[in-house]
Amino acid sequence: MSYAKPLPVADVETQPFWQACRDGKLMLPRCTNCGHCRFPPTFYCAKCNSAEHEWIESTGRGRVFSWIVVRHPVPREVYATDVPYVVSLIDLDEGVRIVSNIVSVEPEKVTAGMPVRVIFRTVTPEITLPLFEPAWQ
Amino acid sequence: MYALRDKYAIAGIGWTDYSKKSGRTVRSLASEACLKAIADAGLKVADVDGFVSFNFNDSVPAISVATEIGVPAARYANDFLSGGNAANMIVLTAAAAIEAGLAETVLCYRAMNGRSGFRLGGGRDLAAYGITQFTAPFGWITYPQAMAMWCRRHMIEYGTNAEQLGEIAVTFRKNAENNERAMQREPISMDDYMSSRMIVEPFRMLDICLETDGACAVLVTSAERARDMKRKPVYISGGAYGGGPNQGEDLFDAIRWPDHSHNYAKYIADDLWRSAGMGPGDIDIAQIYDCFTYSIIMQLEGLGFCKEGEGGPFVQGGRIACNGELPLNTHGGLLSEGYIHGLNHVVEAVQQLRGEAGVRQVSGVETCLTTAGAMTCGSALVLRN
Repeated sequence: MSYAKPLPVADVETQPFWQACRDGKLMLPRCTNCGHCRFPPTFYCAKCNSAEHEWIESTGRGRVFSWIVVRHPVPREVYATDVPYVVSLIDLDEGVRIVSNIVSVEPEKVTAGMPVRVIFRTVTPEITLPLFEPAWQ
Repeated sequence: MYALRDKYAIAGIGWTDYSKKSGRTVRSLASEACLKAIADAGLKVADVDGFVSFNFNDSVPAISVATEIGVPAARYANDFLSGGNAANMIVLTAAAAIEAGLAETVLCYRAMNGRSGFRLGGGRDLAAYGITQFTAPFGWITYPQAMAMWCRRHMIEYGTNAEQLGEIAVTFRKNAENNERAMQREPISMDDYMSSRMIVEPFRMLDICLETDGACAVLVTSAERARDMKRKPVYISGGAYGGGPNQGEDLFDAIRWPDHSHNYAKYIADDLWRSAGMGPGDIDIAQIYDCFTYSIIMQLEGLGFCKEGEGGPFVQGGRIACNGELPLNTHGGLLSEGYIHGLNHVVEAVQQLRGEAGVRQVSGVETCLTTAGAMTCGSALVLRN
């Protein structure tokens, strides 16, 4: 069955991110001039305007900054079997924020500040998505 | 805007029916609202020489309206690619264009088939380009989903709760009962609110505004000219547009926003109040952008009507009702009148300031705040009679 959900269309700035996800790594662009992590990726650094950067591997760990529980599927035919699902703004240890799903936990158990860690889910031969699950020690 | 205080005025207003299915083109809706605003001011089409609007690729360009209604020489036409954040900014832009000598009489309009045509609340292209590649693949697609994230953050920081959101929904519906324009006039109770369907937690159905087909328009000209027109002028005392750092790569994106427990309002408050030479205490009533219930709370806090974190308790106990200390959204707002993307708030402000709001008229209104926007950027006006 074909994958009906929105798929990322990588561009010249984001291609390394999605390639790394396929390789099971969460990579972030970091400014080689001032060390500021840029995510989502941009060509210029918002802190120092340098165009130079290197890709570093994230620890893949972070905390829930905010979250929602989607109960009404939109588009209905695409998400009908997924609801309820959790979308979260996650603060990564590297000081940047990423949007993803919190999986492997009941939506009711998600809390602010909850520690999470990345896992990877291959959805098409080209695309692997970085998802997050609780990182209880 | 400091130089423009009370130099420009709204001299005419117009609106179409607000419905779920207009059965008409967006262009004809825009033209109807504009023609009504011209007539309201006692002018002729030939007196208009400028147009300002905003759209989300869901409307028609200003020149098409000028063409349909037969404006002989449109000297200024400006279409902003924007969301509701622009709904007050277009009025400021009209005043600025007149100040610059680019036009004399400018129509500001917003027109859309927001329910039967392009639905803002609907899904997006399944190919996620640009910043959307970091949001849509995770099922974060609609505006209710985007803004629920902000509401949650306010709940986390300040303990804001469903009863407080519900009081906003119930109060505005009560106001809509007295508004012949409103799409939803059936009374609702707090129980109705609480039992309405969860769409995207923390939002229930009744936290979310109405997708609407319709158009409205306001006509801006110099205060001097407005005084010679048919209606009592409503003066644009002040206004501001803006937001904070990291406003995002589009209106949905707020990934880099510092903290979603506050929005644009705190960043424009100083500009707004300084421009008008007023403060929150000088405002009699306000029409505040309410695409969702919670956005009321963040704007009241940001603009200084209460402290950050106190917006939830502030809206309780009848304070924001028509007979309260600070009547809000006297027409029912985007939640109950309809979603003409915030420009309908300006129409209501003008009616109230003219004393023409009929059974919902608040007595003794001399000043009215209007706002537009809920996330990283927005605009506001201080209007007076």
